[in-house]
Amino acid sequence: MTIVGTTELVCFLVLAAVVVAGSLGGVRLSNIVYSAFLLGGVFMAVAGLYLLLNASFVAAAQVLVYVGAINVLILFAIMLVNKREDLKAIANLTTRRVVSAGVCLGLLALLVRVVVTTPWNLPGPAAVGEEATARIGEHLFTDYLLPFELASVLLLMAMIGAIVLARRDVLATDVVTGEVADQGLIEKSSTPLLLERPSS
Amino acid sequence: MVSPGLDLEGSFSQALQAFGLSAEAARLLWLPLPMLLVLVAAVVGVLVSVWLERKISAAVQQRIGPEYAGALGILQPLADGLKLLVKEDIIPARADSLLFTLGPVLVVVPVIVSWLIIPFGQSLLISNVGVGVFLWISFSSIQPIGLLMSGYASNNKYSLLGGLRAAAQSISYEIPLALAVLAVVMMSNSLSTVDIVDQQTGVGILSWNIWRQPVGFLIFWICALAECERLPFDLPEAEEELVAGYQTEYAGMKFALFYLAGYINLVLSALLVSVLYLGGWGFPIPVEWLAGWLGQSVDAPIVQVITGSVGIVMTVLKAYLLVFVAILLRWTTPRVRIDQLLDLGWKFLLPLSLVNLLVTAALKLAFPVAFGG
Repeated sequence: MTIVGTTELVCFLVLAAVVVAGSLGGVRLSNIVYSAFLLGGVFMAVAGLYLLLNASFVAAAQVLVYVGAINVLILFAIMLVNKREDLKAIANLTTRRVVSAGVCLGLLALLVRVVVTTPWNLPGPAAVGEEATARIGEHLFTDYLLPFELASVLLLMAMIGAIVLARRDVLATDVVTGEVADQGLIEKSSTPLLLERPSS
Repeated sequence: MVSPGLDLEGSFSQALQAFGLSAEAARLLWLPLPMLLVLVAAVVGVLVSVWLERKISAAVQQRIGPEYAGALGILQPLADGLKLLVKEDIIPARADSLLFTLGPVLVVVPVIVSWLIIPFGQSLLISNVGVGVFLWISFSSIQPIGLLMSGYASNNKYSLLGGLRAAAQSISYEIPLALAVLAVVMMSNSLSTVDIVDQQTGVGILSWNIWRQPVGFLIFWICALAECERLPFDLPEAEEELVAGYQTEYAGMKFALFYLAGYINLVLSALLVSVLYLGGWGFPIPVEWLAGWLGQSVDAPIVQVITGSVGIVMTVLKAYLLVFVAILLRWTTPRVRIDQLLDLGWKFLLPLSLVNLLVTAALKLAFPVAFGG
């Protein structure tokens, strides 16, 4: 086996191991901050797999969007609300775990069956390599224009919805009930921290 | 590594194959060399900018600055580095030691890897990857994760606030930055840094992108300063408000990693500004013209060596002029407030960069000769 082939194989094995171990850790760990960081690691490893498949643009986009934006936002949300408290014990935890493990294993079996039974056309079409950027652009503006635009409209709707939910204090009426809204913040009353505090 | 006239990689590989090594093994031995060279260049660049920072800040405040360590205090950065290296490495008792250690590493590694795409000459770069500047943008988006990690792991409210601020700032300024880069990419029809510089080589200084993208240049420079957390935008570590932000609990080498990452990032941003807007390795008068006037062939080895050296000197010179501007800005401007910072990013720079992109597209359609058809 050539040096290049060996390097690729070793890289693939390491990246695959990171993906599997990171995902398991992300699901199994009880510390939600660790889970979020492991998610970032999994995204990076997936980007590495794309790189091995000669899809450098997709790999860079994966890092930019998933690691740089989505994972940072997840961490941001966790750290803004995190109180470092242990999760409360849930009733029938063992039963729940057994059931969800069963469902997951079933899904895994299904996927393995698909992988094994599908007649894969190997080796696939040659990788376009550096040309990929231009090809993705062409597809986005021709045959994939409608799905692309629909996805962006969907994201815009989600964003407006999130702003409406988060900034209810600036709307005159409640969006759900139509009643005149309370203009104060929902979370807490907005008394200044240092002034007007009763001296005890 | 160098164009046909001087093929260093070819001669290195031939020399090794003469000793009976296979071509693949020779390549494997060659690969780390440019990387090591660039790593050394990055560290030396940091030492120089630390010295410049100390001397220029002193001049701004009418002090002398370091003067005992070497001539003009030129060894002062080395002394600083040595001090940080031998300092005790403290991990706070209630901190999360794993994340606390991993945080600075995640901050410094993407910045160093981004040096991959900086060209110092036609083929003087580690790898001319097709995704070029896009690689840098995506790598610089990993940094906030390291900052959030160290802010969280320090178990200190100032650190956490600093980390959150750094992430918010980085996300806000990445969008106008990417849009400004996109306008340049649109003109050169390529993401590769080499192609972007090649497109600016036509008539020397007049064909540099700064004349075609003045607004984009300003947007990019402001955003780059914000991404480096340099002073008008150094809110994540604002001393008066947050002690030192996410760096508060760090000491010794871990603190030095943040310090290093900050300066490497500054030099990297300056290099990228010179690549994207100031003609990269190009001399103000095209070297081909000069060679023609002197009656020399461009492919002659001696001309190749001179062209290569001039390219490196020009890239570094342009970058350090920008570093000088950044240092002057740091010591002469006050810090903005966090709401002003986010307003500037989202309500001013983002619409401006969108307009800049649209105008560039329109100009490209209207005048394909001047704006890269």
